[in-house]
Amino acid sequence: MTKELGNFSPEERAAQEERLRKVWETPKGIRYWTSVNNSEIGLWYGVTAFAFMLFAGLLGLLMRLQLAVPQNDFISAELFNQAFTLHGTVMMFLFAVPIFEAVAIFLLPSMLGARELPFPRLSAFGFWSFLIGGVFVCGSIFFNAAPNAGWFMYPPLATDDEYAGIGADIWLLGLSFIEVASIAAAVEIIVGIMKCRAPGMRVNLMPMFAWYLLIVAGMILFAFPPLIAGDILFEMERMFDWPFFDARRGGDPLLWQHLFWIFGHPEVYIIFLPAIALMAMIVPTFSQRPIVGYSWIVLAAVGTGFLSFGLWVHHMFATGLPQISLAFFSAASEAVAIPTGVQIFVFIATMLAGRVIFSVPMLFGAGGLIIFVIGGLTGVMVALVPFDWQAHDTYFVVAHLHYVLIGGMLFPVVAGIYYYFPFVTGKKLSDAWGRAAFWLMFAGFNTAFFPMHFSGLRGMPRRVFTYPEDIGWDWFNLISTIGAFVFAAGVATFVIDIFRPKQQPAERDLNPWNSGTLEWTNDPAETWGMRSVPIITSRYPLWDQPNLQADIEAGRFYLPDAKSGKRETLVTSVLDAKPIQCLRVGGVSYVTIIAAIALGGVFIALTFKLWITTIVFAIITFIAVIHWLWNGTAPIPEAPEIDVGLGETLPIYVSGPASVGWWAMFITMVGDGTAFASLIFGYFFYWTIHDDFTTIANGPGVLWPMAALVLYVIAWVLTLLARELNEKGPSGARLALIAAFAVSIAASLAGLAGPYLHGMDPTSHVYPAIVWIVAIWTVTHGMVGAIMQGYCLARSIAGRMTAEYDQDIRNVALYWHFMAFTAVVTFAVLGLFPLVNT
Amino acid sequence: MKSFIPREVETLWTLFTAPTVWALHFLVCYATVAVFCAKGLASEISFDTVRIGLGVVTALALAMIVLSAWLAWRQWGFGSDDPPHDEATRNARTLFQGFATLLLSGLSFAAVLYMAIPMIFIAGCPP
Repeated sequence: MTKELGNFSPEERAAQEERLRKVWETPKGIRYWTSVNNSEIGLWYGVTAFAFMLFAGLLGLLMRLQLAVPQNDFISAELFNQAFTLHGTVMMFLFAVPIFEAVAIFLLPSMLGARELPFPRLSAFGFWSFLIGGVFVCGSIFFNAAPNAGWFMYPPLATDDEYAGIGADIWLLGLSFIEVASIAAAVEIIVGIMKCRAPGMRVNLMPMFAWYLLIVAGMILFAFPPLIAGDILFEMERMFDWPFFDARRGGDPLLWQHLFWIFGHPEVYIIFLPAIALMAMIVPTFSQRPIVGYSWIVLAAVGTGFLSFGLWVHHMFATGLPQISLAFFSAASEAVAIPTGVQIFVFIATMLAGRVIFSVPMLFGAGGLIIFVIGGLTGVMVALVPFDWQAHDTYFVVAHLHYVLIGGMLFPVVAGIYYYFPFVTGKKLSDAWGRAAFWLMFAGFNTAFFPMHFSGLRGMPRRVFTYPEDIGWDWFNLISTIGAFVFAAGVATFVIDIFRPKQQPAERDLNPWNSGTLEWTNDPAETWGMRSVPIITSRYPLWDQPNLQADIEAGRFYLPDAKSGKRETLVTSVLDAKPIQCLRVGGVSYVTIIAAIALGGVFIALTFKLWITTIVFAIITFIAVIHWLWNGTAPIPEAPEIDVGLGETLPIYVSGPASVGWWAMFITMVGDGTAFASLIFGYFFYWTIHDDFTTIANGPGVLWPMAALVLYVIAWVLTLLARELNEKGPSGARLALIAAFAVSIAASLAGLAGPYLHGMDPTSHVYPAIVWIVAIWTVTHGMVGAIMQGYCLARSIAGRMTAEYDQDIRNVALYWHFMAFTAVVTFAVLGLFPLVNT
Repeated sequence: MKSFIPREVETLWTLFTAPTVWALHFLVCYATVAVFCAKGLASEISFDTVRIGLGVVTALALAMIVLSAWLAWRQWGFGSDDPPHDEATRNARTLFQGFATLLLSGLSFAAVLYMAIPMIFIAGCPP
């Protein structure tokens, strides 16, 4: 790609910068919070997640104080239960996952050479959802109402109202809300990495971080939805007494364990891979050479991503499943050590091949790897069924999981913060403070957690709030407590280092570590990200492309200007990153906050069973989302093409598979499909545990499910017809949309008619309950599909959707592909399976 | 032969072929055994039949992974060029994809074999 670069006089450049600054300006005062820029959202996200981590850390210290000596009465058993439940929940859901989303949102655009990720308002919405849900969940402990059944909420303990109280509802609804934010982030990250890279950044030149994040975001799509499905079943049981996990009425608590761990195990890797991704950026910088074995890292990332889905039952080795099933999961658990090992060896090889500078980030990185390897080795131990039976639910497991998570996640994240602090603020953190923090944390961590292996092997169960003297646990626990406080002192040192006032460096140095990757060309003082979007020809452009920094700053590359007064970034092709579109992204907006608050209101009101309030908030959410879509998405541009610099013009509006919106819909629906598959899994799970599953109670019959199936297929065909007709003119398309809308409504009524007319009582037994929930899931999707058809109709009438500018109908048609599939599976299973199963 | 072996395609998705085969193999093995044991089908079909059936599935999965590996090897130019494939050319990108796909095929092959081991040693359903 040899291109004539742009050449601008100083005056022209100043004028360009003026326009860019104005377009990307962050609002002042209270309106600052309406910002959607990735650098603000990423920062807020990160700071919030970090604050939650400190809170959960304090809960951990409370527990260590209580366990310091035998027969202690420092805190009550009830508070202890709430503390450990919240500690685990907050660390996993409010720190480990969100901090990676924060880092991704903050770093990815700069790393990929984009001005912004494709859906900045979605990121903002995700952040506000996370903040509201997180405060709600954490705040509950101050009202003695926190969840108290352990972070994985096993029924029947957690479904017991007397024991679990409202805490379980807070957990289920608060976290469901946050899971929505995670899926939003996954959509943003996948589309960003696939479509928004700098021109020339082919897939073989992508920064390692992007590879990892692409895999992790893909994992989120398959890991979180099963938990959402589980949450729905769980909440239906708690709220309306539908017996999904109640063995007396045909339910089974094990289904929850399956759904939870299908999420929970990949979750460990969802946490671990991004942290390792940070290491993959840090290690080459401080070895001053490219990473050794780039393709091997891709192997490791993709391989771990897949294999991690075959491990979930190793959390359930003690539940009495057939040995052969356990053995499958044991085998996969051993297999995952291969890609994980490759990952570690790649880092070691890179360090050996280069000249290592042992800076603070490297110290944290290397220390983390040591801890992680120890955790990995005990992981291989507990992956073996006979050993696991001995160690299950003891402090050995507590030690193992903390070694994995703190070594594999917390230490690399701290390394990343030391490394990227100058990128965020333009100033470095202190070397001396950093070293002190590291040694306190490293020594404290090992002192706290290593003895837990022994207390565990001596039989100390996890989650006990106290223990008797003289059974050999006293000293181990006291040492652990002392270690925990040393560790906390290290964390405190690190936090003080962050907040302590720092001097402005003598001269502006954008790349203080002499890194090779693109993000270090960004000036933290400017909000536009890339001054101009460069052409990339290397994995380490700052090392290999002479004059890159100066040319970017002189605006000699793409999009050096913002003449349109709109926020613009480049969209490029997936494999070779050829420029294909100039994408306009959303700017400052209140609507994201309003939508998040309203949706938060829905979840919170549901927790307290305030039905009217729930409905009111749901209506506000609906209006906010429609307002957001109507005014913010797929606007018809003033001209078909725009000058992007370097003598090229690109289209502003594209639709169908070329557009980012289509991809977002596709990705969202893949996640949605996974949740649906989890419900269907539930149906067949119940079938396997009952000999007479479909004959226990009335079924939905054949007629109505088949009617619903046929009607949904007709609605799908009509939607496709509308898409085709729309290319010729609006009138035919509008007629087809009206018909499709009517048929969708009819189909939805027919879908519910089966279980309703056959008098299926969902509280009587799990069979009617699961039939109802699958039908309700599908009908809800059908109603959303109908709203989409109505939306397209309104867009067409308002002149916002035309034959040429038809993103709306194309995305809705894509939704309906998934909808039709969901409906066919649902009604074939509900209507026809009972006939086969007689 | 030409009609049997797919042409070379330009897409990111081929990278995931072999791990997807692993995932499907995993699901089939797990689901078959779970249903067999939970439904108590031992009176109708012997466990050995299940093992033989799943052995055939394993052989099929391994064959598909080998095919994916061969296609990857071809995409990698049959090893004509060494990594790191970091030039800014379409050719280097293709070679990189081929090499990474080949590595993943190797990992998936090993992982499928791991899955097969329990079926050799465990001869029944009891917990």
